[in-house]
Amino acid sequence: MQFLDSLITHILPLGYQLSIPIALAAIAATISERLGVINLGIEGQMLVGAFAAVVGSHLTGSPVIGILFGMIAGGVFGLLHVTVCVKLRSNQAVCGVAINLLALGLTDFLTTLIWGTKISALVTRLPNVTVPLLERIPIAGVFFRNQTVFFYLLPLIVAAAYIFFYKTRWGLRVMAIGHNPQAALSAGINVVKYRYVGLMIAGVLAGLGGAYLSVAFNNAFVSDMVAGRGFMGIASNIFGGWNPLGSFLASFLFAFAQSLRYYVAGAVVPTQITQMLPYAITLIVLIAVKKRSRAPEAMGVLE
Amino acid sequence: MEKNKTFGSIGAKLGDLGSSLFSIALALAMGAVIILFMGLNPLTAYAELWRGAFQNPTAIANTLSRATPLLLCGLSVAVARRAGLFNIGAEGQLHAGAIATILFMLAFPSLPRILLLPVGILIGMFAGAAWALIPGILKAKRGIHEVVVCIMCNYLIILFCAYLVNGPFLEPGSHVGQTTLIAEAGRLSNLFVPRSQLNTGFLIAIGVAVVVYIFLFKTSLGFKFRTVGSNPEAARAGGIIPEKISIGAMAFAGSIAALAGITEVLGKYYRFIDGFSPSFGFTGIAVAFLARSNPFGIILSALLFGTLDSGSLRMARVTGVSSDLIIVIQALVIFFVAIPNITKFFKLPKNVILARFDK
Repeated sequence: MQFLDSLITHILPLGYQLSIPIALAAIAATISERLGVINLGIEGQMLVGAFAAVVGSHLTGSPVIGILFGMIAGGVFGLLHVTVCVKLRSNQAVCGVAINLLALGLTDFLTTLIWGTKISALVTRLPNVTVPLLERIPIAGVFFRNQTVFFYLLPLIVAAAYIFFYKTRWGLRVMAIGHNPQAALSAGINVVKYRYVGLMIAGVLAGLGGAYLSVAFNNAFVSDMVAGRGFMGIASNIFGGWNPLGSFLASFLFAFAQSLRYYVAGAVVPTQITQMLPYAITLIVLIAVKKRSRAPEAMGVLE
Repeated sequence: MEKNKTFGSIGAKLGDLGSSLFSIALALAMGAVIILFMGLNPLTAYAELWRGAFQNPTAIANTLSRATPLLLCGLSVAVARRAGLFNIGAEGQLHAGAIATILFMLAFPSLPRILLLPVGILIGMFAGAAWALIPGILKAKRGIHEVVVCIMCNYLIILFCAYLVNGPFLEPGSHVGQTTLIAEAGRLSNLFVPRSQLNTGFLIAIGVAVVVYIFLFKTSLGFKFRTVGSNPEAARAGGIIPEKISIGAMAFAGSIAALAGITEVLGKYYRFIDGFSPSFGFTGIAVAFLARSNPFGIILSALLFGTLDSGSLRMARVTGVSSDLIIVIQALVIFFVAIPNITKFFKLPKNVILARFDK
């Protein structure tokens, strides 16, 4: 009974909060891979987003402007990825590794330059909001009390991505590119343009996820603070079947497993083991699902 | 790509070498621009970096010792790459190797050195190979992209090692995640310079480079690896089964990456310490790509990255240029090397840089 109580009032909300950056990374991964581009650089795009958001908030005192900074930084790194991969024809996976390394080095370098240590100064954090009336709902009220705006923004982004992919002609074209870029090209789709725009939007989403970590969930930048959430997003995207809704649900499942350790699991199961769960589950799903038809066939193929 | 003894191939080799050197120069130049923006003198900074890496025998020894795991990881990535696979899992495989070796040595501390050391190393290599079989088999049997599986495998084994050394195998009374020290008999000996970190692991790594070279270019199995890597359909037509090669290549790559972890823990720390690898496996990707997966080239590029690592501390201390700049420079090197025909974006006459690129 006590567990049930803490489940609703603490674990579920925390799980949802932890899922926000992972879900944003997962949607970024879905967009990229549906376009046939392997985007391992999401981790790095999130990291520069987190850093830029803190710089923005530090300079202007406004966390909202900070978040805009973060989105722009993520978008710029997305542009870097797509330019190097699509225009300059680099190996996509290697490019992602380079993006992550660059983001790590650059953010540490600049943090040390600005603040003298590997931790930034504390910055103004995005204020939490409480939805009037709804917060009075007996049990579920906790979801409407003292939460960040991201809490409500995420479902909108997921819905928008879902509608984009399945209800608009642009989304269908994106999926066509992922299945067979050559056929898409001969059908008159500007594959390169789609990839440029898509990868930049993915970068913006990743940057938003990083900004959430640094100015909404926390209020400072710490070296390597994304800590694998970008890769966890890629895993969620695979587990979710390259589909925004599935990605979102998978992210929540993974984050929920993480949040458990703060309340119950730590005493029963070692934290490292609960942290292994998302990767183990994704691997098992990859092995168990016989048909790979869900995966974009042209992943990593330029044309 | 390596048709022997024709003029064209010499041109191609020089072209590759030229574009690798060009990539390094470009990355260092961009690093210099960043240092200039900081209002500091890049030449002083790079001079201190050089001094930090080579000023005395101890510094040189430490530089070589830093290059050792990078060399092994680079070779691991290169073996897979030659067979057409991207081994982004070296980081996990080196953890698997290191933990297996250490646990074996902790379990049998009283074995004589002649048994403990070779068997311990072999068990670690076996563990690395076995761990790499997961992406290898999934690639061969299910066609799942090895990069995706390697990422999952990396996290799984790194977290599992963290659990082991923070839980059941935590040194009693320790506040950081580490095992107890292994027996003297299991440690790699110090090499050439006393009180430096250089140990026989460096010689092992050089030996592996030679073995990989001979394997890839002088054996029929190595030829099959390269055939599958350059054209799997042609290989299949020629009677080679690419799936088998994929599995074998990953196992081989995994055992080499494992050696990177094994030589670190046996030669430097004498125990498994949580987080002992500052992403050797990922830097190994850069090392391999810079050398275009040529085993002897990898020795040079590992030395370069080892130099940057070991010199950067002195550069930071003396000039105030943070050692994180080195990570930026390494990332830039990967970008430039990964872009085909990087030199063509800079309008130099073709014959000056002997540009002929086959990739």
